[in-house]
Amino acid sequence: MSPELTANLAATAAKMVVALGMLLTVVPVMVWVERRGSALMQDRPGPNRLGPFGLFQALADALKFFFKEDVTPTAVDRVMYLAAPVLVLLPALTTFSVIPFGPDLLWNGRRIPLLVADVDAGVLLFLALGSLGVYGLVMAGYGSNNKFSLLGSLRASAQLISYELALTLAVVAAILPVGSFRLPDVVAYQQAHVWTVLPQILGFLVFLVASFAETNRLPFDLAEAESELIAGFHTEYSAMRFASFFMAEYIAMTSLSALGVTLYFGGWSLPGIHLGNGWLGAVLGLLVLTAKIAVALAVFVWVRWTFPRFRYDQLMRLGWKVLLPIALVNFLLTAVLTLLGKI
Amino acid sequence: METAIFLLFAALAVVSAVVVVAHRNPVHATMSLVLTLFSVAVLFVLLGAPFLAALQILIYAGAILVLFLFVIMLLNVQREETPYHGQPVQRWAAILGAAVFCGMLAMLLFRSSLASNGGAPLGPLTESLVSFKGLAADLFSVDLLPFEIVGLLLLVAVIGASAVAKRPTAEERLAPGRRLPEGPLDGAEDQPR
Repeated sequence: MSPELTANLAATAAKMVVALGMLLTVVPVMVWVERRGSALMQDRPGPNRLGPFGLFQALADALKFFFKEDVTPTAVDRVMYLAAPVLVLLPALTTFSVIPFGPDLLWNGRRIPLLVADVDAGVLLFLALGSLGVYGLVMAGYGSNNKFSLLGSLRASAQLISYELALTLAVVAAILPVGSFRLPDVVAYQQAHVWTVLPQILGFLVFLVASFAETNRLPFDLAEAESELIAGFHTEYSAMRFASFFMAEYIAMTSLSALGVTLYFGGWSLPGIHLGNGWLGAVLGLLVLTAKIAVALAVFVWVRWTFPRFRYDQLMRLGWKVLLPIALVNFLLTAVLTLLGKI
Repeated sequence: METAIFLLFAALAVVSAVVVVAHRNPVHATMSLVLTLFSVAVLFVLLGAPFLAALQILIYAGAILVLFLFVIMLLNVQREETPYHGQPVQRWAAILGAAVFCGMLAMLLFRSSLASNGGAPLGPLTESLVSFKGLAADLFSVDLLPFEIVGLLLLVAVIGASAVAKRPTAEERLAPGRRLPEGPLDGAEDQPR
């Protein structure tokens, strides 16, 4: 191997460690935030016994998942049932690879872009990998051989297909003025102009609503509506297999939040402040991005414990008759304005 | 390295494609088709066309096959469904499809053999062929007519699907009282918002 290739591989490995480390730490932190946050909003203490502010509760939960009995029902479709928890985690973990988490790092005469996969089709790759997440849910529902699971995964697939259209149109409208699918270019464009959220407020609202539906979060968690479907597609899962669905939900939320803040809120950059291309800039960029993602995740929790669940026909009508037309009009307007050079 | 990846995913594509045809369980067959499409997307990346790969996964694997699965699960198609042998329409349709496929294959071979004669060659994939701008420019200028025809065809298919789906209302008119009372899904449409 040439030294050039070795250096590139080492840099990529380091970046993967940063990205994966971030995604995997998010899960216990978010479990704590969700439980304490819901308690705060419902005026009760929440888990507060283990460690300061109950911070170690998440660790205890994780340990519990490891040591619980893993039950596989006899009537399941084994291949589907066992593959589903893995398949649901994979897209959630890989989509983050196209998110830039800092300015290009200049080190030893090299220019290292701070994102794992620096490809031209970055945004498309995110959407493509994200769209594969539904297979995990479908396989879980079908493989479980249980009518509640099947109904849950049917709901999930219909919902994801419906909201993916609106989400994709909103994303495309946001990157239209940039003229590039690379997310670093999107960040650079926002540094040179303004945060996309200002001209794209309509698109941002569509993105926001659709991302709740895409991550199966309340008010759109019809796929696991416990009042009607027990636990939806993961009814038959226990122990770590159940936990992997749980983790996938939080990781998908984090990745989608990362895409959202990168598209609409400048990503790792701060308006008017030049972070520089040294190590300090890299660390600051990572911190800024983390802070923005944290705010987005707090909104996820806030919304979950504020709104009641939608009815399924309302969910479908909102997706097809409200969000999709808004997203289309927004896309057409942006396209015309971009063509005229007004944006 | 690249050869190894190519061999792995080419083999995966072929094997999973065979499974699609051979498997008795329609859900397994569809999942196998997802694997085929994914392997072909990897081959696109190897050819230096990540844009095509992303679109292949986004549209085919991510959207169309989910709809396939949705329909299969909604209709609850079990394994070992009644075989379709003995339906002449399907046989003729299969023969026609095979003929079109063979024609396309022959055309491709013919055009690539022209290259040795100095005719219009099918060169390797170039940047202008696989980049966003190159593809868009080709689609909306050189191949505008076929592109629009495909769009029209899809529109016809959508209208046809809607027409087929509308059939129960005609039944309702012919035999009133045979249908269940309107559920919230239908009733919600009439209520003022």
